[in-house]
Amino acid sequence: MSLDSVLFYVLAALVLGSAIMTITRRNVVHAAVWLISALVGVAGLFLSRGAEFLAGVQVIVYIGGIMVLFLFVIMLVPVHDESTQRRFSNQKWPATVAAVALFLWVAFIAVNGVGMLDHPGMAEPLGPGSLSENSEAVGLVLFSQYLLPFELASILLLVAIIGAIVMSKTRNRETES
Amino acid sequence: MLEVTTSHYVVLSTLLMLIGVIGILIRRNILVLLMSVELILNAVNINLVAFSASLQQVHGQVFSIFVITVAAAEAAVGLGILIALFRNKQTVHADEIDLLRW
Repeated sequence: MSLDSVLFYVLAALVLGSAIMTITRRNVVHAAVWLISALVGVAGLFLSRGAEFLAGVQVIVYIGGIMVLFLFVIMLVPVHDESTQRRFSNQKWPATVAAVALFLWVAFIAVNGVGMLDHPGMAEPLGPGSLSENSEAVGLVLFSQYLLPFELASILLLVAIIGAIVMSKTRNRETES
Repeated sequence: MLEVTTSHYVVLSTLLMLIGVIGILIRRNILVLLMSVELILNAVNINLVAFSASLQQVHGQVFSIFVITVAAAEAAVGLGILIALFRNKQTVHADEIDLLRW
């Protein structure tokens, strides 16, 4: 068993275990911390597939940005005695059955496609955009071929920032009219 | 079996998506629902990176960057909506918010 395989199985166990803990914890802060652990595992998987730049982005944006935002909002929203509250909604069993059925369907497609996924002929480097130095390759493709989507993503982020500010702003009724 | 291939990553991402979907469907707390959406988006990213490595093409990783961007925007807007909702309804439980139900 090579080091690559050991790394994959350890990280996969970390990701799946942390994800299960995320959706079952009663305390929202605990769920957020378990989600951070799952995201670290995903960053490790990116590293093991040679996506160093994306692993860095995952740690900085997801863990440093999005999860801190989550923890801030958890602090802003007073959670009154979560231990007396029901954790799951009334639809939990039908919902679980539906989700497992969806999983079986996707897994059926994936298993049928396994032979195609691991076709050796597909692993040849294919001209422009093929992997060399990871960050350099990502940067070259991002700023040439995907320049328009890149700019659109920046506009999306601007709109999202303004939208989040407008929605979470406190309205002062006296001064508004 | 022991050699890690792309299909291992596909199976892992399918399982992660299953956990995320179950989380969205069974939990009541909207914060946990938003975290489950992040889990599903991460499952997508695992797939994209695995195929990127398998095809020796960097385009999958570029798509992952866009997915992370959209996830950041979604989290910001979702949490903004959550704060506005809590101010009006004093609850963070999805099944107690039934303003549009008749």
